[in-house]
Amino acid sequence: MELLSNLQLGFSVALAGSNILYCFVGVILGTLIGVLPGIGPVATIAMLLPATFALPPVSALIMLAGIYYGAQYGGSTTAILVNLPGEVSSVVTCLDGYQMARNGHAGKALAIAALGSFFAGSVATFLIAAFAPPLAEMALKFGPADYFSLMVLGLLAAVVLAHGSLIKAIGMIMLGLLIGLIGTDVNSGVARYNFGMPELIDGVGIGPIAMGVFGFGEIIRNLDAGGEQREVFTKKVTGLMPTWSDIKAAFPAVCRGTALGSFLGILPGGGPVLGAFSAYTLEKKLSKTPERFGKGAIEGVAAPEAANNAAAQTSFIPLLTLGIPSNPVMALMIGAMIIHGIQPGPQIMTAKPDLFWGMIASMWVGNFLLVVLNLPMIGVWVKLLTVPYRLLYPAILIFCCIGVYSISNAWMDVLLAAAFGMIGYLFAKLECEAAPLLLGFVLGPMMEENLRRALLLSRGDPAVFVTRPISATLLVLSFILLVIVMAPAVRKKREEAFVEE
Amino acid sequence: MRKFIRNAHDFWTGVMFAVTGGAFAGIAIVQYKLGTAARMGPGYFPFVLGMILLGIGIAVLVLSMRRSERERTVDKFHWTPLFWVLGSICLFGVMLKVTGVLFAGLALVVGSSLGSGEFKAKEIVLLAIGLTVFCAAVFVGGLKLPIPMCPGFAAFEQFALCRV
Repeated sequence: MELLSNLQLGFSVALAGSNILYCFVGVILGTLIGVLPGIGPVATIAMLLPATFALPPVSALIMLAGIYYGAQYGGSTTAILVNLPGEVSSVVTCLDGYQMARNGHAGKALAIAALGSFFAGSVATFLIAAFAPPLAEMALKFGPADYFSLMVLGLLAAVVLAHGSLIKAIGMIMLGLLIGLIGTDVNSGVARYNFGMPELIDGVGIGPIAMGVFGFGEIIRNLDAGGEQREVFTKKVTGLMPTWSDIKAAFPAVCRGTALGSFLGILPGGGPVLGAFSAYTLEKKLSKTPERFGKGAIEGVAAPEAANNAAAQTSFIPLLTLGIPSNPVMALMIGAMIIHGIQPGPQIMTAKPDLFWGMIASMWVGNFLLVVLNLPMIGVWVKLLTVPYRLLYPAILIFCCIGVYSISNAWMDVLLAAAFGMIGYLFAKLECEAAPLLLGFVLGPMMEENLRRALLLSRGDPAVFVTRPISATLLVLSFILLVIVMAPAVRKKREEAFVEE
Repeated sequence: MRKFIRNAHDFWTGVMFAVTGGAFAGIAIVQYKLGTAARMGPGYFPFVLGMILLGIGIAVLVLSMRRSERERTVDKFHWTPLFWVLGSICLFGVMLKVTGVLFAGLALVVGSSLGSGEFKAKEIVLLAIGLTVFCAAVFVGGLKLPIPMCPGFAAFEQFALCRV
C-alpha cells in the first residue's frame, strides 16, 4: 500500500497547477523537435537548460523529462507520414508505418502508435514506481568498488547501442572519459589539461559538448548531405479510429513490445533504440504471416512504438536509483540535476520524495497529455515539415547559441561548442558514433573518484573488485556481455539490425 | 603507402585515438604526479585511460590495413557549410558581450545562412530580424537571462528597449 501512497504524493505534485503546465510545455516542445529532423532531444535539453534555472527543480526536471518522451511521439509521426525518422528510435516505425500511410491508413497508424505508446508509458510508469524503491535500497549497500564495476558494466552496455565497430565504440568511451577529466582534480586541486586557460579549470561543461557534437555537428552534416526529397502525406489524415480487428491484431504486439522495451530500458546502455529494433524483430519472428512486415503490418508499428516509449521511461530507473545514466539524454538529466543542486543517486528517493515521485507521476500525466493533444494536432506538425531546412537551421543555431551561453554566462562556452561542432562533424565523417562519448564524459569523474576510493580502502589491492560480491557479479556480467556481443552469431544479428538505418 | 589503407574511416579513427590517447598519457607523465594505486595522484587515471586509448587506436589502425577489409575512402569534407556555420557561431560568441543579442543574433543568422548554398537575401533578412526579435523578447525580455540586449555604449542607453 506504500506504493499507492507514494503514487498519490507523486500525483499531487505532478498535477499541481504550474507543474502540469511545465509538463505540457515539455511534451509539446519534445514533440516539436521529434517532428523536426536534424535536432534531437540531447541538443534541445541542453538548449533549454538555462530556461529552467528560474524554476523549482521539480518543475524543471518534469519539463526536461517531457521533452524526452515527447520526442519519441513526434519522431514516430514523421516516420509514418514522411518515411523520415525524427529520432533514431523511430527508424523501425518507418518500415511499416510509412507503408500503412501509403496504403491510405495513415490515421490508423498514427492512432495505434499513439495509443500503443500510451499503454506502454502507463505500464512503464507503474514499473518505475514498483521497482525503483527496492533498487534504490540495494544501491545504498554499494561501495566505491561496486560503483566502479557498475559503471564499467554501464559503459560496456552502451557499446551494444552503438552501431558499427565495437572497438571504435570502446575508443569513443575512452575519449569521453578523458575529456571528462579535464579540469580541477578534486583530490589534489591540480588543474588538469586546461592548457593554461582559466575557463577550463572547472572542466568542459556538458552543454558545449552536447550542443557541439549533437547540435552543430549534426547541422553541418545535414547541410552537406544536401536537401533530401520529402514526400509528405499532407492531404488529409482521416480515419483516426482503428477498427476492433485492428486493436485485436495490435494489442498482443503492444504488450510484447512493452515488456521487451521496459526490460531493455532498465539495462544500462539499453534504451529506446534497442527496444524498438528488438520488438520489431520479435514480432516478425512470432507472426504467422511474416511476409506482411514491411508492407504495412499493424503489429510492425504497434510493437516498436510501445517498446521505444516503454524503454524511454524505464531508462529513468538507473538514473533515479543509482545516479547512472543509461543514454545521452539521461547523461544530460544528471547535468540538469546537478545544476539544480540535486545529487543524483539512491538518496534522492528518501531525501526528496516529492521530486522523485512527482517526476514519476508526471511521466504518466505527460503521456496522457500527448495522446489527447497530439492526435488532433497532427495537421500542425505536418505543416512544420514543409518548412525548408535552409530556414530551419539558422533558427536552431540561434536557440542553441543563446542556450549554451546562458548555462554559465560564458562566451568561451560558445567557442568551445563550435570546436566540438567541428569534432562532431569529424566523427560523422569517420563513422564514429558519439553517444558512447557523452556517456563516458559524464561518468569519467565519477569513475575516477570511485576507483580512487576503492583502492584507497583496499590499500592498493585491485582484488577488491573481485572479492566484493556485488562488484564481482557486475564484472562477470560485463564480461558475459562483451563475449555475447563479440560472438559471431550475435555480431551478425547486431549488424543486420543496424543496416536498416 | 596509400594502398595499405584499406578502410580509410578506421585508419583515421585509429590515428585520432592513438594521437589523443598518447597526448593525454604523455602530458599525465610529464606534468602530473602519477602516485601509487593506493594513493593516486592527479595523473594516474588519465595516464591509464590514455594508454588504453593509445592501444585501441593502434589496434583500429592495424585492423584497417587488413587485406580482407573492403577498400573505402572517407567522404569529402564540405568546408563551406563548416566554415559559415562554425564561423558565425564563434562570431556570435565574441559579439554577444560587446554588442548585445540584437546585433549578434542578426550576424549569426545571416552568416550561418551563407552556408546553405541557396542564399536568398530578402528571405534571410526577414528571417534574421524575426528570429532575433523573438529570441530577444523570449530569452532576455521574458526569461530575464543575463544577456545584454544592446551594445554597451552610452549612445544606446536612450532607447527604452536597451534598458531591459
